[in-house]
Amino acid sequence: MFRFILSRLLQAIPVLLVVITATFFLVRAAPGGPFSAEKAVPPEVIKALEAQYKLDQPVWQQYISYLGDLVQGNFGPSFRYPGRTVDELIYGGLPITAELALYAMLVAIIIGVSAGVFAALKPNTPQDYVPMSAAMIGICMPSFLMGPLLVLVFGIWLEWLPVSGWGDLPGDKLLPAITLGTGYAAFLARLSRGGMLEVMSQDYIRTARAKGLPEWVVVLKHGLRGGLIPVVAFLGPAFAGLLSGSFVVETIFQIPGLGRFYVQAAFNRDYTMILGTTVFFATLIILFNLLSDIIAVWINPKLRHQVQGGS
Amino acid sequence: MPLLEVENLTTHFHTRDGVVKAVDGINFSVDNGETLAIVGESGSGKSVACYSLLNLIPQPPGKIESGTALFEDCHQQKKDLLQTSEKDLQKIRGNDVAIIFQDPMTSLNPYLTVGEQLIEPLIYHHDISRQKAIERAIEILGEVGIVEPEKRIHSYPHEFSGGMRQRVMIAMALITEPKLLICDEPTTALDVTTQAQILRLVKQLQQQRNIAVIFISHDLAVVAGVADKVAVMKDGCIVEQGSVEDIFHRTQHEYTKKLLASIPEGAKPGLATSTNDSQKNDTLLEVRELKTYFQDHSGGWFKGGKKTIKAVEDVSLNIKRGEILGLVGESGSGKSTLGRSILQLVPTTNGSVLFDNTNLTQLSKHQMKSMRRRMQMIFQDPYASLNPRMSVFDTLGEPLLYHGLVTRRNVIEQVLTLMDEVGLARSAIRKYPHEFSGGQRQRIAIGRAIATKPELVIADEPVSALDVTIQAQILDLILTLVEKHNLTMLFISHDLSVVRYIADRVAVMHHGKLLEVGNTETLFANPEHDYTEKLLSAIPVADPTKERERQLAALS
Repeated sequence: MFRFILSRLLQAIPVLLVVITATFFLVRAAPGGPFSAEKAVPPEVIKALEAQYKLDQPVWQQYISYLGDLVQGNFGPSFRYPGRTVDELIYGGLPITAELALYAMLVAIIIGVSAGVFAALKPNTPQDYVPMSAAMIGICMPSFLMGPLLVLVFGIWLEWLPVSGWGDLPGDKLLPAITLGTGYAAFLARLSRGGMLEVMSQDYIRTARAKGLPEWVVVLKHGLRGGLIPVVAFLGPAFAGLLSGSFVVETIFQIPGLGRFYVQAAFNRDYTMILGTTVFFATLIILFNLLSDIIAVWINPKLRHQVQGGS
Repeated sequence: MPLLEVENLTTHFHTRDGVVKAVDGINFSVDNGETLAIVGESGSGKSVACYSLLNLIPQPPGKIESGTALFEDCHQQKKDLLQTSEKDLQKIRGNDVAIIFQDPMTSLNPYLTVGEQLIEPLIYHHDISRQKAIERAIEILGEVGIVEPEKRIHSYPHEFSGGMRQRVMIAMALITEPKLLICDEPTTALDVTTQAQILRLVKQLQQQRNIAVIFISHDLAVVAGVADKVAVMKDGCIVEQGSVEDIFHRTQHEYTKKLLASIPEGAKPGLATSTNDSQKNDTLLEVRELKTYFQDHSGGWFKGGKKTIKAVEDVSLNIKRGEILGLVGESGSGKSTLGRSILQLVPTTNGSVLFDNTNLTQLSKHQMKSMRRRMQMIFQDPYASLNPRMSVFDTLGEPLLYHGLVTRRNVIEQVLTLMDEVGLARSAIRKYPHEFSGGQRQRIAIGRAIATKPELVIADEPVSALDVTIQAQILDLILTLVEKHNLTMLFISHDLSVVRYIADRVAVMHHGKLLEVGNTETLFANPEHDYTEKLLSAIPVADPTKERERQLAALS
């Protein structure tokens, strides 16, 4: 198992290197730069700024020195927030975004898995069609539509919940979490329905019924474990996706998370900030993928057997 | 009064294509300590009949239309199972009536330990603590012949062999001391020696506990040994029913006679005439000291222990042109690996394979490609080995086009000729595998194998997934094709009666080694090796009197 994890971590290094290299040269290939701003700035000021941030050096030298900094865990200074490093900015926004993503994940799992399992118990009946149609709508509806709709209904018409902010008013975390989570809930519902349908037609489910077990034991004990394997495999990428995809929701609900830095950095040509957030999210995606693979191995004894040799 | 008395049981499946009368008004009964065998081919409704009793058929599309099934439960009360509510049935399933399913590979939950699955019936049916249940589970695992049960109880199903898993299934069925045991083809997925052990175990446990057994099987030879009464089913009806002696010795119905006649028995037909000596001296395939090893990664979670599995160890044999060599052995003996090693489908470790004086182990991938046309394989499972998204035309046309044997223009003509040869209707050319029965699918697979006009065909258990009557047809088809195209064949099978029927010579494999090779009749009459003798004595005979004698002999 250790060898499995280790080899997966080693495999991550070239992936990250490709991500860094591609991003590094792409942002520099885009027209404009961090200091080509709206108002005219004297050329000597720009010169001084570029010298300060080493932008006057050849690109390959910048690349080497950036990699050198990165190895030491240093994302470098932000070009647009003078005096602050990218590290500070990321770690400042991360807890809020992580909290939002976590709640959204809970929403997605609770709603998605239960709807999917429920639908799979009576396939091709209204009990299947209704939640699955709802899931289809959930997948199709973008969060910039879902968010304002929820705000309109629960915030303005019913006046049950606050419409913006994070941790200021009771219940203000609910709407953003639901907005962010529903899309993934819909995905999880479809995945868990498919997984459960597959498992419930297996011979060993018939064996469990033949033992005289009550139906809920058959479903929850014998069915769920195998049926949720596709769901578990999706959870890692989903959580990484929630973390990196939260900026729309953060903007709608005015949440001071990580997402808005990411978008603003792209507009501002804040090279180090774009690179820093990209590398950070890439690392998260790799780590969460690995995590969901480990969980998949843990719940499936057959895979456990295969992984032992470390391949 | 018998323990279970079924009258006029009728189960229909309402499908889109109309009503399928899976079980159509059948009557049978079984008493304590008695074994009733229900015999029939796949689709005859024998399993559906038994599952209907416990409401284990999928509903919809299934529906139990009518009938009564009076069963005496543990409180000596008569109950009609078909009128019992699902809640009360749950109390009977796994408690009064237990089932052993056909395929031990898929019938155990792969995600739970064997122990966890064993104790479930006890915990849900009896007021018993977990600790007590585990103790009982260990005890019964020992009874069914699992070594070191206190350790194996923590293992997962995939850590057991097929025979061992079936023992676990038996333990699980018997742990609650049921009064009726339904065995649905319990040994079909197992090889002969394991089959003999499992049958003996069921019989012994039945006698100890005086339980009634309903034994569902397509194999008349197995039934001859275990049953007291036999019911023969066809198309949802019982066509004949009576004592085992009546069915086998005083057969009434035409269908039963046909079933009995389909059992491969005796030597290869026309053996004397087919020895065409001038050709037979010409050796087509020669295997010399072939070794195929695998690395096995097993051990604990954190241990990287490696073990070398010697799947094929020092095997030397040769096959002459136009000859059928039967290769027999139990599952895990390495016979399939040998077949694949000859075709270079798995990397060999050492030794040589001379095909028409060319050493295949020395060839490059590219050179091997052109040799592939001359050697083909027929696989065991016609359900899994055909691509479900390719029609008959695609499956048969692909090798022809790939090896450039036909042009796109005349490929249809060739495919139709092939279909004639293997006995498929020409109109089926655009159909997909799922639209065919098992036997027809195997005809497609055979057609695919002979499409390129190969010289050598390796058939890996080609009939073991088929019913007896179909099996007989396919064997005859293979014999015809071998004769007509002067094919050379390595026929791999665990079924010795099939091999005896088809092969000129027989080779016996055990633990990766070749024990002996000899002319079929000589080897069957006078096996040299002890293991061969053991293998031969494990073959069930389709004759209740002889079978009883044979079992007595095996015990003493």
